[in-house]
Amino acid sequence: MEDIEKSFETKELTISLGPQHPATHGVLRLVLQLSGETIVKCTPYVGYLHRGVEKLGENRTYFAALPLTDRLDYISSMNNNVGYVNAVERLFGIEAPDRAKYIRTMVAEMGRISSHIVWLGTHVLDIGATTPFLLSMAQRERILDLFEMICGARLTVSYPRVGGVRNDISQEFLDQLYEFVLEFPAHMDTFETLVTENRIWKERTVDIGIISAEEAVNWGLTGGTLRGSGVDYDVRKYFPYDAYDKVEFDVPVGKKGDCYDRYLVRIGEMRQANRIIKQCIENLPAGPVMADAPKFTLPPKDMVLKDMEHLIHQFILITKGPSVPEGEIYVGSEVPKGELGFYFISDGTGKPYRMRVRSPSFIHASVLPRLSEGGLIADVIANIGTIDIVLGECDR
Amino acid sequence: MIGSVTSFLASFIGEPMANMVLNIVIILIKVVVVIAVTLLHVAYATYWERKVIGHMQLRLGPREVGPYGLFQPFADGIKLFFKEDIIPANSDKPIFYLAPVIFFVSALTSLSVLPFFDGGWVSNINVGLLFLLGMSSIGAYGIVMSGWSSGSKYSFLGGLRSASQVISYEIAMGLSLVGVMIMAGTLNLTEIVKAQYNYPTGFYALPQILGFFVFYVAMFAETNRLPFDLPEAESELVAGYFTEYSGFRFALFFLGEYTGMLIMSSIGTLCFLGGWTLPKFVMDALPFLGSLPKFVWVAVFLVKVYFFMFLFYWVRATLPRYRYDQLMNIGWKVLIPLALVNIMITGTLKIMGWV
Repeated sequence: MEDIEKSFETKELTISLGPQHPATHGVLRLVLQLSGETIVKCTPYVGYLHRGVEKLGENRTYFAALPLTDRLDYISSMNNNVGYVNAVERLFGIEAPDRAKYIRTMVAEMGRISSHIVWLGTHVLDIGATTPFLLSMAQRERILDLFEMICGARLTVSYPRVGGVRNDISQEFLDQLYEFVLEFPAHMDTFETLVTENRIWKERTVDIGIISAEEAVNWGLTGGTLRGSGVDYDVRKYFPYDAYDKVEFDVPVGKKGDCYDRYLVRIGEMRQANRIIKQCIENLPAGPVMADAPKFTLPPKDMVLKDMEHLIHQFILITKGPSVPEGEIYVGSEVPKGELGFYFISDGTGKPYRMRVRSPSFIHASVLPRLSEGGLIADVIANIGTIDIVLGECDR
Repeated sequence: MIGSVTSFLASFIGEPMANMVLNIVIILIKVVVVIAVTLLHVAYATYWERKVIGHMQLRLGPREVGPYGLFQPFADGIKLFFKEDIIPANSDKPIFYLAPVIFFVSALTSLSVLPFFDGGWVSNINVGLLFLLGMSSIGAYGIVMSGWSSGSKYSFLGGLRSASQVISYEIAMGLSLVGVMIMAGTLNLTEIVKAQYNYPTGFYALPQILGFFVFYVAMFAETNRLPFDLPEAESELVAGYFTEYSGFRFALFFLGEYTGMLIMSSIGTLCFLGGWTLPKFVMDALPFLGSLPKFVWVAVFLVKVYFFMFLFYWVRATLPRYRYDQLMNIGWKVLIPLALVNIMITGTLKIMGWV
């Protein structure tokens, strides 16, 4: 037997999973070294979708960099916008009016549902079940239609603005959203019937990709990926922004930190997001939707078209940018993928000296080898799905 | 008319030769008819699958080509036929050409022993069931060869997975059918159906419930369908063993897979659901059924086959995919022991004379 083994050479099989692969959610590339089907080494390669968002941000005024954040995590552009405008407002030292805060909370949670529901569909599709994907896309479509109602765009919304939101929302929109909110738990029940207690689903996800709470914190995980391990860190609770301190919601946490726990956490988050939207609609205060801070917010368009002073004001703000206090600031926000942080260094001009994006997807991609090594190829797919990365944000 | 043709031929080549030639011609006609009809069924099995799964998933399925999208299978076929045939540069070309042919031909060959109604077969051989199992094993060669020759690592892994999967589940499937063989006392498919007809329940699914269960699960693995579609797991191996195939070679794999599904459904129908017959007590209660023409019994057979096909679709729309090692565990640790238990029980009962 030994002679036979000596007579030929065996070596590990190296395969490149991605950048074009149906299960890598974009252009992630994993170089896997396989011994049989067991993964000996897993090396993620990122950067295929790098567009230099951070550098572009340094060459634009704070207002003009907003649409760039749409393209970070293109599944949940609304949340990126909200995170960005919150950071910029903190830097400017202005505060949005209450109504705008509630609206931003509401649309951010809509974005969270639409992002998580895409995650649910694609994650389950990767594991092999096709039907939940189409059911979830149908629900996402409704949210995108609602986004279209408020700002005309479905994916790259750019609806929140520095100092508030672009325009007020209509009663018709609120009615339709409320209808959606009331129906949504029933749809979640449908998904859960198909997936949560499914025996095959549990065999594929329970005890796969376990990461302990301590390790998860050390890796810098955030969002559902961290909470699956049992750490209840949520930016919305610990550093509340917008109207999150005025609404009630729970932070679902897991126990073991395996794929199944992370799945349950995100399912729970969707139900909580639904709860937040409901409260926002019910408690929506009246009032303006833009802050009264003329030095930092663009003047109303109808005034610009009528009035010379407003026109000049707008011209200065657009070309030169606002006069921003010098200093630096980091503001994190809870996007569906984790903690999305914006870090600005301001040198007093209208453009940031440095704009840095703390991208949760990038950090989560780095933990993939830790989760996957020693497992099988099929587990890598489950792990990629469960850490919920979007490469647009990862590569920036 | 056949008689006059025979005597006309006999005047040239003698009677024995004439009979032989005529037999060959008749068999060839049968073969052509069976293949044509089956391929038509395959085409509409794909259409039906897309419709059924579509409606399960809040979609409508194909509806643009022809009324209700009825010509969609032909549009797909024509498209595949005219597509560029891409051969990877580092593929092993002779094997690459041969693999889809083996896969498809082995599936089609299985059709030769399937009886569709009493007398409706191409050939009625004594070891029909064994022949079917053998042919489905040969189909695995096509998969392994395509995975090996493509020169792609994904295809290679798909081929490997398929080889081990088919070998494991072949055993379970063969063993699950042993109970049927014991009860019917024959491997001839027509005889098995007739034995079932005379059995009190009218089909073997009821006494052979264990065997039926094992067969049903193994059927999915044999045809590489969800939840056991690991050889072609889209999200893991892109398309598995036929990743590198395109155009008509891909179509051969596709047709082979659906023919395989139809054949597995037919085996299930013939061995467990009583084939083209209705149970004897039904026939006794409603005597007019006995005078119905043969095509009614073909319809009964088809209804049963499409019941299995529907289960294929339904499962595909519902379940996620097993992992490779879990698949092996189910095969070796659950299905094979169950099938062996079934054989022991059936055999004991047979010796005691109770079945």
